[in-house]
Amino acid sequence: MAYVSIADKDHEQHMHDPQSFITKYIWSQDHKVIAIQYALVAIFVGLIAMGLSVMMRLQLGFPEWATFITPEEYYQYVTMHGMIMVIYLLTALFLGGFGNYLIPLQLGARDMVFPYMNMLSFWVYLLSVIVLLISFFIPDGPTGAGWTLYPPQAISEGTPGDGGGIVFMLASLSLFIVAFTMGGLNYVTTVLQARTRGMTLMRMPLSIWGIFVATILGLLAFPALLVAAIMMLLDRVIGTSFFMPAMLTLGETSEFSGGSPILFQHLFWFFGHPEVYIVALPAFGMVSDVLATHARKNIFGYRMMVWAIVGIGALSFVVWAHHMYVSGMNPYFGFFFATTTLIIAVPTALKVYNWVLTLWKGDLRLTVPMLFAIGFIFTFTHGGLTGLFLGNVTVDLPLSDTYFVVGHFHMVMGVSPVLVLFAAIYHWYPKITGRMFNNTLGTIHFWFTLLGTYAIYLPMHYIGFLGVPRRYYANGTMDIVDESVQLQNAGMSVAAIIVALTQLIFLFNMIWSLKYGKKAPGNPWGGTTLEWQTPQTPAAHGNWGENLPEVHRWAYDFSVPGAEKDFTPQNEPASDGVPVGRDHGVNH
Amino acid sequence: MSQDSTISSELSHADGMKGFVKDWSSDKQTFHVPWGKAMMWIFLLSDTFIFTCFLTGYLNVRASTRVEWPNPSEVFALSFGGDPIPLILIAIMTFILITSSGTMAMAVNMGYRKDRAKTASLMLITAAFGAMFVGMQAFEWTKLIIDEGVRPWSNPFGAPQFGAIFFMITGFHGMHVSIGVIYLVVVAMKVLRGDYEKRGYEIVEITGLYWHFVDLVWVFIFAFFYLW
Ligand code: HEM
Ligand SMILES: [Cu+2]
Repeated sequence: MAYVSIADKDHEQHMHDPQSFITKYIWSQDHKVIAIQYALVAIFVGLIAMGLSVMMRLQLGFPEWATFITPEEYYQYVTMHGMIMVIYLLTALFLGGFGNYLIPLQLGARDMVFPYMNMLSFWVYLLSVIVLLISFFIPDGPTGAGWTLYPPQAISEGTPGDGGGIVFMLASLSLFIVAFTMGGLNYVTTVLQARTRGMTLMRMPLSIWGIFVATILGLLAFPALLVAAIMMLLDRVIGTSFFMPAMLTLGETSEFSGGSPILFQHLFWFFGHPEVYIVALPAFGMVSDVLATHARKNIFGYRMMVWAIVGIGALSFVVWAHHMYVSGMNPYFGFFFATTTLIIAVPTALKVYNWVLTLWKGDLRLTVPMLFAIGFIFTFTHGGLTGLFLGNVTVDLPLSDTYFVVGHFHMVMGVSPVLVLFAAIYHWYPKITGRMFNNTLGTIHFWFTLLGTYAIYLPMHYIGFLGVPRRYYANGTMDIVDESVQLQNAGMSVAAIIVALTQLIFLFNMIWSLKYGKKAPGNPWGGTTLEWQTPQTPAAHGNWGENLPEVHRWAYDFSVPGAEKDFTPQNEPASDGVPVGRDHGVNH
Repeated sequence: MSQDSTISSELSHADGMKGFVKDWSSDKQTFHVPWGKAMMWIFLLSDTFIFTCFLTGYLNVRASTRVEWPNPSEVFALSFGGDPIPLILIAIMTFILITSSGTMAMAVNMGYRKDRAKTASLMLITAAFGAMFVGMQAFEWTKLIIDEGVRPWSNPFGAPQFGAIFFMITGFHGMHVSIGVIYLVVVAMKVLRGDYEKRGYEIVEITGLYWHFVDLVWVFIFAFFYLW
């Protein structure tokens, strides 16, 4: 086994401990520090995006009062809110944050395979965030083209923020893709090549499976966005006509001619749909681990869960045009994409069943992370069901671009991943910081967030049926819209403000507990996976002390009959008289 | 140590389909290659998607344009005193790039034989071929822009997208070649200094992977752009 020596040697190369504050916390190459850096920046921009959503809700709920928001600004808020939430918060926090933290720890590695590149990944991400934020301060402000950035509108004169916001947006996205690629190559290679002894692929915790497949999706989907961004930049800056047809703007013919806006839509959604799963798959994986741990039961159907993740990932590349039913495409295309879209529902539904069956007759501990995880099952099922409607061409045609769609995607890819993020943050907080969070504040945070979510998004489905269009300023006061909508809008806005304020409780809890929380034991939840078995908490540089852990069983040996404890860590040898539970690794 | 051997023997004694599955799901490493090489493969897969998107964009533009597409054998012709010879420059460029793949392969071979001087010089020769390619591309661009008046937004021969997509794709590829040249020179210097004596010479092969990839992409660009 000559390859082992290469791997072990590589490990030693970078295991010299950093000394000064700067190398330890700022220019750090330690995956745990990089994870925290990623997470803090992502949460920071996430708060900005939340602030923007509050501004939008104020406008929609109280149009007579909130006159300080102009229609142009409203568009800019919509755009920046959507883009930041999807890319700079969710993608960055799931992969840059939790990917970085969990991959080496759950696989028993000392770090990522190329820590220096991993560090660069974070700094380029930070740069992309800075470029994005600069666009708030240029004269015309950020772009108001909608997060989908459809041409010709995105680069035409007269679109809000046409003074250069779109250039900053495209530049920032390109930088983000570079950052993601550097990190993503590391994550995939680490999962494939740097697992500890005994950690076979089929013994990996589902968190890792989700992150792993999502990263592969990212590496294959972001290229399409990069190409679209480059082509649009050329259209805007040099004056090519890739996406721009000849048109009349503001009474004059533009100098563009012959480009294809539909080409952009294809490129964008070839990225955009897998992007949904780039944030969903890590969420699926992490929620599985949280549910199993706090239900003290093995995950139901581990193998099925793995194949469902892989299958969803593969299918997600052949459904993109379900976002383009109204673009005037050939009906046979619509038929094809509707079919593939509905097929994805099969593995997805399977996962939901398995989560529920994992809870079935479990020894449920309703801790804060568990509450959020269960909340996720509700919101995700809800959003998934409305997705089935929208996946059908004939149903989508009248509903497209209404608030039904806004309600749908917030349930399925807004709130659901965010609930998992909260579950994950609470779940791993003791390991990351070495402190326990405050349980009462966490519980309050959960109930307000979950119920508030329904108060915001359920009515959106109804006003969508009434035909209220998406991306409209003061949409409850338009003539085409029923008067009752304004009342609903006001209600949703109040709920949104309450939910936003609730997040301050979360922030307070996280910061306060850092200093005043109870000291956390190394394995507070009785977890089986390796990160709970580190010699120090928080894990020290190099994670494992002298020797790497060795894995002897799958990740879900909870409540094994005949065992002393109700959990058996993955690195506990079978020879200690502990029966190996159902192992899906080498023994079968 | 006894633990190790039980696990590894469990893993290695299986044949056929079962053995295949076990190899793939084995502990520690899925592919028995160094980390850097695995990572380069994954990167190239991602990069393939970038070029595929570019070329798909090109196909789309070409299929949907309503103005005539310029005839490549006329646009890319070059005359040395006499009648213009179609595609002559591009034929030479392609030949150079393919030759450089050959010298690269020889460098990899020499690397595994630990012949430092030969490895480094073959890599530098490869880099020189690469630089020549970029130089000739610069010449071609200059000729198109200055002599023929081709611009990204218009050109005298037909569809305005011709210039746009041509400069974008060959520019993006040329950037890859330029990066490859720098990469080759850096690694060659390190080879010469003896930096890899202990770690082994996989890095030469990894650099080679990148280089061959860039060549392969060129073959596609060549076929799509110049021959069609
Ligand atoms: C505090 C919770 C949130 C509230 C109150 C909220 C509210 C809104 C509102 C009012 C809009 C504009 C709808 C329109 O005018 O068409 C919107 C759009 C959007 N939101 Fe959220 N949102 C929240 C969280 C999220 C999250 C977590 C995501 C992450 C995926 C997200 C993603 C989006 C996207 C992609 C758009 C579409 C932007 C566009 O049309 O260009 N939102 N949101
Ligand atoms: Cu989709």
